[in-house]
Amino acid sequence: MPDLLEVRDLSVSFETSRGPVPVLDGVSLSVREGEVVGLVGESGSGKSVTALTILGLLGEQGRVDGGQIRLDGRDLLPLPEREWLRVRGRQIAMVFQEPMTSLNPLLPVGFQVAEVVEAHLGRGRREALARAVDLFRDVGIPDPERRVRDYPHQLSGGMRQRVMIAMAMACRPRLLVGDEPTTALDVTIQAQILALLRDLGRAAGTAVLLISHDLGVVAAMASRVVVMYAGQVVEEAPAARLFSAPLHPYTRLLLAVVPGVREKRARLSAIPGSIPAPTALPVGCRFHPRCPDAIALCREAAPTLEPHGPDRRVRCWRAAELADGVRP
Amino acid sequence: MLRSQSLTPLLSVEHLVREFPVRAGGWSGRRSVLRAVDDVSFHLSAGETLGLVGESGCGKTTVGRLILRLLSATAGRIVFDGQDVTDVPERRLREFRRAVQVVFQDPYSSLNPRLTVRDIVGEPLRNFGVTRRAAAARVGQLLDTVGLPPAYMSRYPHAFSGGQRQRIGIARALALGPRLLVCDEAVSSLDVSVQAQVLNLLADLQRQLGLTLLFISHNLAVVRHVSHRVAVMYLGQLVELAPESALFEHPRHPYTRALLAAVPEAGPDAAPPAVLPGEIPSPLDPPAGCRFQTRCPRAESRCRATEPPLVEEQPGRWVRCYFPEPEPLRRAA
Repeated sequence: MPDLLEVRDLSVSFETSRGPVPVLDGVSLSVREGEVVGLVGESGSGKSVTALTILGLLGEQGRVDGGQIRLDGRDLLPLPEREWLRVRGRQIAMVFQEPMTSLNPLLPVGFQVAEVVEAHLGRGRREALARAVDLFRDVGIPDPERRVRDYPHQLSGGMRQRVMIAMAMACRPRLLVGDEPTTALDVTIQAQILALLRDLGRAAGTAVLLISHDLGVVAAMASRVVVMYAGQVVEEAPAARLFSAPLHPYTRLLLAVVPGVREKRARLSAIPGSIPAPTALPVGCRFHPRCPDAIALCREAAPTLEPHGPDRRVRCWRAAELADGVRP
Repeated sequence: MLRSQSLTPLLSVEHLVREFPVRAGGWSGRRSVLRAVDDVSFHLSAGETLGLVGESGCGKTTVGRLILRLLSATAGRIVFDGQDVTDVPERRLREFRRAVQVVFQDPYSSLNPRLTVRDIVGEPLRNFGVTRRAAAARVGQLLDTVGLPPAYMSRYPHAFSGGQRQRIGIARALALGPRLLVCDEAVSSLDVSVQAQVLNLLADLQRQLGLTLLFISHNLAVVRHVSHRVAVMYLGQLVELAPESALFEHPRHPYTRALLAAVPEAGPDAAPPAVLPGEIPSPLDPPAGCRFQTRCPRAESRCRATEPPLVEEQPGRWVRCYFPEPEPLRRAA
């Protein structure tokens, strides 16, 4: 299947009082038609900046230093804001972590969804409101005729996130970008929202780029996973392969540090230290100060993201050598 | 009640209730009462960790605050080390304050940005009359205990990462040599790689110092990892209390079962999380009968009519359900 979204060699920096600080370094990833791709990383990995750049929402301080973002082959980065308005919401939609800050507290939620329908699909007010009721029903909001008149504060966190999803799906976008869409929710509500995203995505053929720090959420949803660390992609693999045989030492450790509900581990392995600040990146591999497998080469030269087999990529000098130990 | 072990507990909580008055109808002024904690009882033995889990609004944080005497109880008793501390006035709580300490969730808002680490960690010591010089020496030891270089004591909080700040918060909690540490979502704001460091630190400290922990969290995996026993709360009540392995391997309350099944877990053959329909009802208007009956797959008419009591089904296993999952057959020894 052809790539719907192709991010190629994307570099982004932020303007600060002490000069530009690079936050993304040559990020490449792709999402195929109808596919769910997980983008994982800890805070400071650059996953949210990647999402904002894809949405054209980088803001004044952010600057794209290089690379392309192609949707259906068309590079979005040179588009003027006027054109972006036609892409964002209509072809690429988004769901963020905290629905309360994404919704206008002074307007009924149904009105806010109807606004999107009016703006992008050119429908009249009455028709748009009727469409909002249908969308509310599609996202599992009970009693939709009444709920469209509610204000955001009258809804629970889970219901607000359903409203955001209704808004995102209003124009049947090709791609849905979800940035930690369930992180603020309780675990039983998270399960509901994940099931909803999966069902809606399948029904509408919408591809999903799911950004999360939670490996469990990504494992439950994605068929392919991209792992980021300190502004770079360090590994990409089909989900099943990534979780059964991670190649990058960071991915391997990330899987080992998370405690499980299904089994109890005696002691957690820990990754020493923390993610480096973008102003203080180590020389060589960015993970080497925390890596148990680092050798002299890792401290001197930065590895590049290299293919490993037909469908995997990894940024590690020792990947091939370590993989022989990992695989049976 | 709930004393299943023969040891005298360090802490016991008996029929604890906390109500909050609320204005229900916005500006209409209609007043009602929100019962955030409803008849909660449990005990903590010295040296053990009790995990307290539940979703937002279940009352777990309020239980922690009641035990810390940051809130007063509406009814019930809190007995610490054989002494009823429920209504003891603040001026007579000094020994209790020394013995019971807290680690909060957010290491950004719980450390004063204008104070150095020496002052933050040393403040409780100074409050208890330790001289400035002696306090500084002790702060150095405490930083070393939590894995930070003692030389960092002259720095301000902004110079530290989230994980390091949480270590500072733990050092402050340890300053007075407490016996009970209440951890309220103590690792929830940390990245997973750092979370593991702090969990390991807490485990080490418990072993070295014989600490007793009340570990409050929404994160079931973390609770399983740290706890000896686990209590599950729903809408202000305990619904299940059991040793860790029993609770996680054979959960008996339908809510506990649903909660565990909803957790997505990373792995090569990860199944999508199971969906429990519905949402937590408003605590202002809890359902009649069992509080979980509106979402429970097993609910029958009896569940809608009367509230099930918390029953000790086997020694140390408490369940609040008329139709709990049957106990698995015992394996032959």
